[in-house]
Amino acid sequence: MRILWVVLRKELLEQWRSYRLVIVGVVLLLFGLASPLLGKYAPELLRLALPEGDEILSLIPPPTVADAVSQYLKNITQFGVVLAVLMAMGSVAQEKDKGTAGLMLAKPIPRGIFLVAKFVALALTFASGILLAAIAGYYYTLLLFEPLGFAAWLGLNALLLVFILVYVALTLLCSTLAESQVVSGGLALGFVVILSGLGAVPRLGEFLPGQLNTWAAALVTTGGEPAWAALGVSIGLIIAALVVAWLVFQRQEL
Amino acid sequence: MTAIRIEGLSKRFGKVQALDALSLAVEPGSVYGFLGPNGAGKTTAIRILAGLARADAGQGWIDGLEVTADAAGASHRIGYLPQEPSFYPWMTAREFLDYVGRVFGLSAAERATRTKQLVELAGLGEAADRRIGGYSGGMGQRLGIAQALVNRPPILLLDEPVSGLDPAGRRELLLLIEQLHGQCTVFMSTHILADVERVCDSVGIISHGRLVAEAPQQELLQQYAVPAFEVEVDSRTTGELSAWANGVRAQPWVTSVTINRSTARVLVDDVETARRELLASALTAGLVLNRYEMVRPSLEDVFLRLVESGGEG
Repeated sequence: MRILWVVLRKELLEQWRSYRLVIVGVVLLLFGLASPLLGKYAPELLRLALPEGDEILSLIPPPTVADAVSQYLKNITQFGVVLAVLMAMGSVAQEKDKGTAGLMLAKPIPRGIFLVAKFVALALTFASGILLAAIAGYYYTLLLFEPLGFAAWLGLNALLLVFILVYVALTLLCSTLAESQVVSGGLALGFVVILSGLGAVPRLGEFLPGQLNTWAAALVTTGGEPAWAALGVSIGLIIAALVVAWLVFQRQEL
Repeated sequence: MTAIRIEGLSKRFGKVQALDALSLAVEPGSVYGFLGPNGAGKTTAIRILAGLARADAGQGWIDGLEVTADAAGASHRIGYLPQEPSFYPWMTAREFLDYVGRVFGLSAAERATRTKQLVELAGLGEAADRRIGGYSGGMGQRLGIAQALVNRPPILLLDEPVSGLDPAGRRELLLLIEQLHGQCTVFMSTHILADVERVCDSVGIISHGRLVAEAPQQELLQQYAVPAFEVEVDSRTTGELSAWANGVRAQPWVTSVTINRSTARVLVDDVETARRELLASALTAGLVLNRYEMVRPSLEDVFLRLVESGGEG
């Protein structure tokens, strides 16, 4: 545990000094703020864009809290996944490429600790970003619509975090497999495309991470059915990605 | 007990046999020069000893611990400097040395003292609080040595430690390595013979992944050195020097001839014949001599002879 803390401390410091923490925090905060605004004022924006479209505009129902939540989920998941790939794709590949991994792993740092510290640091970075987004989203939804159920909002954001961590873990695996961060990013994007494609397959999609977003939306709006299977698969994917990364990394020569 | 022992170490990268049943032994407290031409397998051997690569066959021990079976166990006992050390550019040197100290479990007080000592030893001074990203190659190399010493390792593995340095930086670093003599065992790979002659007391010569010679430096010189003659000509006859060298090279008593500007260095295996015929042939060829002498053989002569003959010295 001592060595995990030592390496994690360095990783957290790196998240701060390399501006990764700031970038993730600012981007997610902005989308947390903007989502209720977009939910509220999208019809107004359409009206400005289509001055002659009264008939079309009359078909759009007045905005509700569900629109704000839907915007929030859409924005945070899309940009969360992009950020997950961007932030994690160089985490191992770059250290292997530049030689810092070799320099440090000749010292008493177990390779598993090296990977876990990176994942935990990224997880804390995204947890911080989602916390900021959640606070901003909650406040603006309260101002523009109505108060959200606190526990439901907390649950929604926890599910969002799990969803993003799936991509963090998969990208970390890609970064371990690849020798350069470009290749790692390409592999990770492949995973994004595959999971998105599979998520659209009827029945199969119910067991994949994308279903967490449906559950998250339902938590705040209708209550809905929990997607425990999708949650289990998501957590399983995170663990499997980390275990495979560890097994591969153990055998790699640096 | 030997500080480093390698037995039958082999490693292949595709079609390239990087190490071919390499065996060697390094005595505690010595500065061991691991000498070989580029691509001889020096870095591969060091990476295996540092636990960063696996051998296809054979074993290696560091301080009695078998690294080929348990690299993690030996990591507390080594300091490692790779050929081109790379650091976290966002850290300062002081922070990096402190981080390495934390990895080795040093207390806060120990880390502070050790960092201060090593910053001074590496001559980083005020630069210690600047980001490493702005360091020159020489500063990085000196930081590399400093980080390898944080845990006061009994064994130091240095892969081409002076290759990227300017002459002043090289001299400083070699002085530093000389100072470590007796304090810890230094295993230093290099292809620069002058550095080995200066700081190493023992030498192992590797060629094509095999050890072709291993002995204390003086013993190696006595055992393998062949007599050498140097012929320095006047600048007016440097043109004739090459032609003369070609003729001499064909003589059965000549091992090799190398030319550096106006000086030819002739290695022979029959001193008496050389004494009789070499000077006479130079004069017959019309060379105007500035100097003609029999010289002390250098490690370079031994190295070239062993590497060229594959150890059939």
